[in-house]
Amino acid sequence: MLNAIEIKNLIKIYKDGNTALKGISLTVKQGDFYALLGPNGAGKSTTIGILSSLVNKTSGEVKIFGDDIDTHLEDAKRHIGLVPQEFNFNQFEAVEQILVNQAGYYGLPRKEAWQRAEICLKQLDLWDKRKQQSRTLSGGMKRRLMIARALMHQPKLLILDEPTAGVDIELRRSMWVFLQQLNKEGITIVLTTHYLEEAETLCRNIGIINQGELIENTSMKSLLARIAKETFVLDTSTLPEQLQLGPEFTRIDEHTLEVEVLKDEGLNATFAKLSELGVQVLSMRNKSNRLEELFVELVQQGSH
Amino acid sequence: MKGQLYFTAFKSILIKEIYRFTRIWVQTLVPPAITMSLYFVIFGNLIGSRIGEMGGVSYMSFIVPGLIMMSVITNSYSNVASSFYSAKFQRNVEELLVAPVPNHIMILGYIGGGVVRGLLVGLIVTCISQFFVTLQIHHLFILVVTVLLTSITFSLAGLINAIFAKSFDDISIIPTFVLTPLTYLGGVFYSISMLPDFWQGVSQLNPIVYMINAFRYGFLGVSDVSVWVSLLVICSFIAVFYSVAYYLVNKGIGLRS
Repeated sequence: MLNAIEIKNLIKIYKDGNTALKGISLTVKQGDFYALLGPNGAGKSTTIGILSSLVNKTSGEVKIFGDDIDTHLEDAKRHIGLVPQEFNFNQFEAVEQILVNQAGYYGLPRKEAWQRAEICLKQLDLWDKRKQQSRTLSGGMKRRLMIARALMHQPKLLILDEPTAGVDIELRRSMWVFLQQLNKEGITIVLTTHYLEEAETLCRNIGIINQGELIENTSMKSLLARIAKETFVLDTSTLPEQLQLGPEFTRIDEHTLEVEVLKDEGLNATFAKLSELGVQVLSMRNKSNRLEELFVELVQQGSH
Repeated sequence: MKGQLYFTAFKSILIKEIYRFTRIWVQTLVPPAITMSLYFVIFGNLIGSRIGEMGGVSYMSFIVPGLIMMSVITNSYSNVASSFYSAKFQRNVEELLVAPVPNHIMILGYIGGGVVRGLLVGLIVTCISQFFVTLQIHHLFILVVTVLLTSITFSLAGLINAIFAKSFDDISIIPTFVLTPLTYLGGVFYSISMLPDFWQGVSQLNPIVYMINAFRYGFLGVSDVSVWVSLLVICSFIAVFYSVAYYLVNKGIGLRS
């Protein structure tokens, strides 16, 4: 199968001397749903910037569906639809105008561009807003407009830089469904996100960048399999002051306990112990997202 | 095949640019019409009637070509400077940078927008001038070629200004401190043959002198400098400005990090 993205030894040193990428190599397969994670300033947006020609690389090799950006830049660009992190459309242009212009830049004749705009606007639920100036749209609509714009030329690869930042939960979930649908239709998707739940829900493969280096590049499944223990928060009946609990327990207050459980041990032993001590568990939840715990751990390791 | 794609991309940029300045016609088309009407009334009618003839024609007839050219220069320049800088400021220039649009096409699209606005304003001012003077055309070819090339020259200059600009102030500095003085000293209101020899020599370093004179020749058949030299000077400026603009866009200066 053809690789959607092939990056070899990518280095980016900005004019101020800041080395944003220190020789990243990664491959994203055609049809993949790939998450690129990392803390702020790790190099995610620089990587996306180089892929989409908004940032000049210092050295290294980048191929999009086999087209090298050094030798076949226009062909490489044709494969990509970009949804950047910040709104970057003309605030004074009408929604439909933005889409039709964008299609024109990719060589789509005017008549076809209008037809395509109708499809994209309806897909993204913006058809009713097509005549409105883009600056009058809500934040969520603006984000959908950027997705619609990126899809105008029917790209094979969709790159989304934090597509759901600042979007309410309902809209975020509907965008997830939409992106999953696009991926099913064969579009390769690469996204960066700060919502690790988003990456866990959507993506099959994951890369973690920290301080300009790729510290992980693996499948989501194998990454999650490496999580050895999980922390649960238990809401309990009143806990007696003198109650003796094991080291795996942390008493938060008189109604709350935290317990660390090894993944292969399960929760039965914990419940049995609490029953023995006369503690009734009223409800329980994960302390935090599993991926989030692992992410923090990996980034911290990488920083040392 | 690629030619067709490029032509569609060029057309899209051009349509977008024309749509932009016609949407805000009150800011782009009306002010030059009012300003030039005032010039015609005050300098042409009121003061001009006391001046008498210049270059063998009435003062009003003498200044009309220069005033038309002045509005073409200003509008071609400011259209590209403000549109391209605004695209940088709002970051929608990225729409073009990520698309498979060659840099030549991007430059030509923006220049096309500047030329269309410059010529449209020139036409409006020409129509207004008809209320004050009956214009005759001495040499249509020279007239059309000069106005077109001048418009291209200043559209390119506006683009270079916008590429370097880091704030909206930066796109008003050049028009205020360079373009306006050069235009006023470029022989719009007087014949440079009136100047002492030294200042005539200095004036010949001003490219706008050549543009206005070639254009005036197209209307009136009178010029302070050779028309062919003028066209050569304008073409040289286009070649230099285009090369600079292409180099800057290609390097991504002010556009790519």
